[in-house]
Amino acid sequence: MNLTLKIWRQKDAGSKGQMVDYKVTEISEHMSFLEMMDVLNEQLINSGEEPVAFDHDCREGICGMCSMFINGEAHGPDRGVTTCQLHMRMFKDGNTITIEPFRAKAFPVIKDLVVDRTSFERIQHAGGFISVNTSGNTQDANSIPISKEAADEAMDAATCIGCGACVATCKNSSAMLFVGAKVSQYALLPQGQVEASERVLNMVEQMDKEGFGNCTNTGACEIECPKGISLENIARMNREYLKASL
Amino acid sequence: MGILTSSIARKVAMALSGLFLVFFLGQHFVINITSVFSPDTFNSWSHFMGTNGLVQGLLQPVLMFGVVFHFVMGFVLELKNRNARAVKYASFKGGVNSSWASRNMIISGLVVLAFLGLHFYDFWIPEMIHKYIETNPEDPTRYFAETVHKFESHVRVIIYVISFVLLALHLWHGFASSFQSIGFNNTYSKALTRFAKFYAIFIPLGFIFIALYHHFNQLLHH
Repeated sequence: MNLTLKIWRQKDAGSKGQMVDYKVTEISEHMSFLEMMDVLNEQLINSGEEPVAFDHDCREGICGMCSMFINGEAHGPDRGVTTCQLHMRMFKDGNTITIEPFRAKAFPVIKDLVVDRTSFERIQHAGGFISVNTSGNTQDANSIPISKEAADEAMDAATCIGCGACVATCKNSSAMLFVGAKVSQYALLPQGQVEASERVLNMVEQMDKEGFGNCTNTGACEIECPKGISLENIARMNREYLKASL
Repeated sequence: MGILTSSIARKVAMALSGLFLVFFLGQHFVINITSVFSPDTFNSWSHFMGTNGLVQGLLQPVLMFGVVFHFVMGFVLELKNRNARAVKYASFKGGVNSSWASRNMIISGLVVLAFLGLHFYDFWIPEMIHKYIETNPEDPTRYFAETVHKFESHVRVIIYVISFVLLALHLWHGFASSFQSIGFNNTYSKALTRFAKFYAIFIPLGFIFIALYHHFNQLLHH
């Protein structure tokens, strides 16, 4: 298929960016979106132009590195997939595809489609962990009884890959689905109880410091999340926060 | 920092003030609907609300605070949220993953706020002047005629109907989502959401019915 791509080009963090049009031809419908981007970049390199910078790593939908806001949606028009798992069969010959970086003040553009998502890491550093004695006599985690329901819910929350699609798609650039998932995965388990209050207060404080917007419960994040993280995690974070504050 | 300025505290405050206003709206509707089938009941309940010390001295100021708090906080959050994305998307398909009502609470809220201005001009300000400035003697039978008279104008009735449609959209998202904001999302949430959605349609529709009923009733009798 032949496509027209409208891509955000920005030389570096300090430069002003703009949308630039490109044409790509003979794109197979079996290609992934990133492979299509590879074809474009080969074309640009061969013609002596600067290739489009974009984030990618595993290309298996598990690392959370790829991003891109494609045709007005985070990770494109498919559901439950990251951009690397988005296939060109979702598009038609002759389509024009708009490709932008994930946009939020807390995700500043580094170059082209690459954004700085270290704000998520700072939120994790503020409390997304448990303190475990690793001196050699660590208790076997399986010796602590945990209900199947709690284990399943914690695992569901832990599947968040921190890609930032929730922030990108939220009209308020809110990070509450991400923080909700990270708070929940520990709040549901006995190992997370010791630091539960401190964790939620610190993580929410860091989230606010980073300049993310406020959640208004539109539910867009849950729909666009490649891992299907549920809004229940935001409600749980709200509960945990209120419990810790009061 | 702490509980007063954090994003979650503000979200909870929006939800609680909204729930309080939802409760007030239901109470207001129950009194108003009596004007359709029993002018005497409407007069006596309105008289009670207008003269009872607890209602006037405590509940009315609390309600005023609730309204002002809800819209001021709404503006503050809207500005903060708009500020969280400096460069807008060239293409943004909000409609594929969220409802119009949920994305445009500020628009429906502003219409309701403008309506409140008209509503105060129509009822609350004349009522305050009548009672506290002109200090007229109490007349427990005046309320029905005064209320019905306001619905004579076509323009006012049209404005009322439009405002209540926007109120329905505001409640459609706001009422159900307030439970999520206060952390209530469990097995009962589906039933609660269904009730909230029903309430969001039924109450504004009821207010529209009252306005239209009095409007056409007067047209028929003139």
